[in-house]
Amino acid sequence: MNESIILFIPLCSQIREDPDVASAVAAIRSLLEFLKRDQSETILGLRENQTKAIQRLEETDSSVAVSSGGELFLRFISLTSLEHPDLSQCKNVMIERGELFLKKISLSRGKVGKLCHTFIKDGAKILTHSSSRVVLKVLENAAADNKRFTVYVTESQPDSAGKLMAQKLHNLNIPVTVVLDAAVGYIMEKVDLVIVGAEGVVESGGVINKIGTYQMAVCSKAHNKPFYVVAESFKFVRLYPLNQQDVPDRFKYKADILKTVKDLNQEHPMIDYTPPSLITLLFTDLGVLTPSAVSDELIKLYL
Amino acid sequence: MGERLTTSTLLVTEEDEKKHEIIGAKGEGKELTKEEKQRLRKEKKQHKKNKKDDRGPPEKEKEKEKASVPAPSKPATQSPAHKAAPVPVNASASESPVAAEKPAKSKAELRAERRARQDSERASKQGKKEGGQQSTSSKPKATPNELQPVVKRLPDHVQVDDPVALKKLAKKLERQQVPLRSDYGYKVSLFSHLHQYSRKNPPTQQISIPVTVIHPSIVRLGLQYSQGIIAGSNARSVALLHAFKQVIQDYSTPPNEELSRDLVNKLSPYISFLSQCRPLSASMGNAIKYIKKEISNIPSQCKEEEAKRILQECIDSYINEKIILASEAISKYAIEKISDGDVILVYGCSSLVNHILCEAFEKQRKFRVIVVDSRPRLEGREALRRLVKKGIRCTYVLISALSYILPEVSKVFLGAHALLANGYVMSRVGTSQIALVAKAYNVPVLVCCETYKFCERVQTDSFVSNELDDPDDLIVTRNGKTHLENWQTVKSLGLLNLVYDVTPPDFVDLVITDLGMIPCTSVPVVLRVKNVDQ
Repeated sequence: MNESIILFIPLCSQIREDPDVASAVAAIRSLLEFLKRDQSETILGLRENQTKAIQRLEETDSSVAVSSGGELFLRFISLTSLEHPDLSQCKNVMIERGELFLKKISLSRGKVGKLCHTFIKDGAKILTHSSSRVVLKVLENAAADNKRFTVYVTESQPDSAGKLMAQKLHNLNIPVTVVLDAAVGYIMEKVDLVIVGAEGVVESGGVINKIGTYQMAVCSKAHNKPFYVVAESFKFVRLYPLNQQDVPDRFKYKADILKTVKDLNQEHPMIDYTPPSLITLLFTDLGVLTPSAVSDELIKLYL
Repeated sequence: MGERLTTSTLLVTEEDEKKHEIIGAKGEGKELTKEEKQRLRKEKKQHKKNKKDDRGPPEKEKEKEKASVPAPSKPATQSPAHKAAPVPVNASASESPVAAEKPAKSKAELRAERRARQDSERASKQGKKEGGQQSTSSKPKATPNELQPVVKRLPDHVQVDDPVALKKLAKKLERQQVPLRSDYGYKVSLFSHLHQYSRKNPPTQQISIPVTVIHPSIVRLGLQYSQGIIAGSNARSVALLHAFKQVIQDYSTPPNEELSRDLVNKLSPYISFLSQCRPLSASMGNAIKYIKKEISNIPSQCKEEEAKRILQECIDSYINEKIILASEAISKYAIEKISDGDVILVYGCSSLVNHILCEAFEKQRKFRVIVVDSRPRLEGREALRRLVKKGIRCTYVLISALSYILPEVSKVFLGAHALLANGYVMSRVGTSQIALVAKAYNVPVLVCCETYKFCERVQTDSFVSNELDDPDDLIVTRNGKTHLENWQTVKSLGLLNLVYDVTPPDFVDLVITDLGMIPCTSVPVVLRVKNVDQ
């Protein structure tokens, strides 16, 4: 068991060095590799090892996406355990399904991009928050469709991810302006729509995203601007937060901070929760959903 | 009785003709002899018996309905010429009449018959299209307006101000030998379509001893419902199921009858009686549907003892799965939502919410509870008693103090009587008020409800379907003075004692069911999934 862990941790970090891959996809890829090398004799042992592996992954990267991706992967492959009594056969089927799952989700970003770019009209002014690869794909598709639009990106402290996003958009020849996080209310009257990514989509239809998203949603509601969220379906997670305090601590802070710091009240949380009442539509690879339909999809997936 | 053609409508027409014959006879100078009356009665009985073999109650209902329509028009139509008026209504589902053999028909009667026949033939061509829909819509709970092709059936407990529906109900109860309970007191006009009974006149007073039609455990149950001894939707459903177990135990299949069909028919008068005592709740309705389905699924070659055993087991497993285990599952999910230092607000006495709080307390969660109560039921006192007995720190307020204590509250836990298909929550009156004020203070509202309480009904307000409790409950004696004692003498005064209200889904943040935590808007999804399972 120990050797396997030592095997996949460098694998995991290697994949993460490829910046274009979503962290959840990388996690699932490494879980699949782990499954292939697994030596356990029983199906129960297999599942236990997988669960342990997911826990280890979460310790390294405490984002919601890794947790949801891991759970979905487990769910996707474990439905086979009842059909095949023979372990090796079962394992082969699991690996096959795992590969299939991985292939499907690698394509999901493209699907989302295709769905969403039609909602961007010619001459639109778009506001986005922090750096999201899915939003980038959407804007890329819209630009390829010969639409003219300008983008405002928030700086998104403390890691200044917004500046990175601005750089990438600049490379696509899209006019972009970086604004302060505090200037969201100021700029809201100028923009036509708001598009953000998501780290996790929760059962209520709300989203968990980089800190500052909730503020942006409240402002856009006050100005009656549409607030769109783009997310792949593997980000759907079985959480149901009632308010900001209800989001578990393990998602709010980075993994190394959780381990070292004693008093979390002194730390800044990295994510916040946006309730479904503030979201207009969600664009996923399952289609364009209203927030209440997310629960529908989740019930279909998990029940 | 002439040729018996396959359609029931023909038999109905024969019945009509006899009625017209009598009407005609009466109009011609009261020639209806004792012999005719007896003959008519005999034929009626014969009809019923034949029909029962063919189809069962629904057609009897139709017949009664047709019989009741010419009855009120009888005084107005003394002459045979006016017979045309009731005939199109009756004959709209009829086809060509069949000649009936009647001894010693007078000329007037023959003329009347011929006229009736012509009219019916005319009307039948016109009404043939309506006829098909008519037979489907004229089920026991038919709408009063029978000329329109309405397929939706309104339950009769919300049609109290409609005399036609009332008459139908009365006829049905008479047939089932269930006493009809009369309304009490002046009803507020907005709610005049609902029943208002008095606790001092229980329906059991009108039942004779010995009771032949209604099983004694059902009588006892009805009394317990009407007096409020058993209250709360879980308690009522469980009591109902236990009573049905007793009924099944004592049941014996009559000769030439099948258990699967006869037992269902036996249950109908019991259900009518119980709904006379107190209108059925959604949970009870679902339980009854389940039992009826289980009974009709009993294979015909099954022996009686075996069948009874199966049914008892079904009922036990229903209670166990849907109520007891469901509450365990719901507590498990709900405890995740209770964190240390929480101040939880509860309203009234919900068995499920009390169970959740007791479980959470046992699991060493640190929280305190605020119990909100309201008149006239003062159910919160019972909840308070249970929680304090466990050792939970509680505060007790009346609902008028709600906005005063809400700033202290971190979560609101509510029980539900039923969850409607459009996401509205039907619960004890006052619940929607709590949800509204909680929303204004941004306090999360959690509703806990088992899935067996989900119903297909859709309602957006509390008026269309509700329950009116005894208005005398509002009378209170304070400082030796009873102010509302003579409220009936004041003509402009009405006392309203509502039992339920509906809360829109925008005020509810989370619904905890045995299937998990879902948003209020996902109730129809759960209903769909359940229907697929069944």
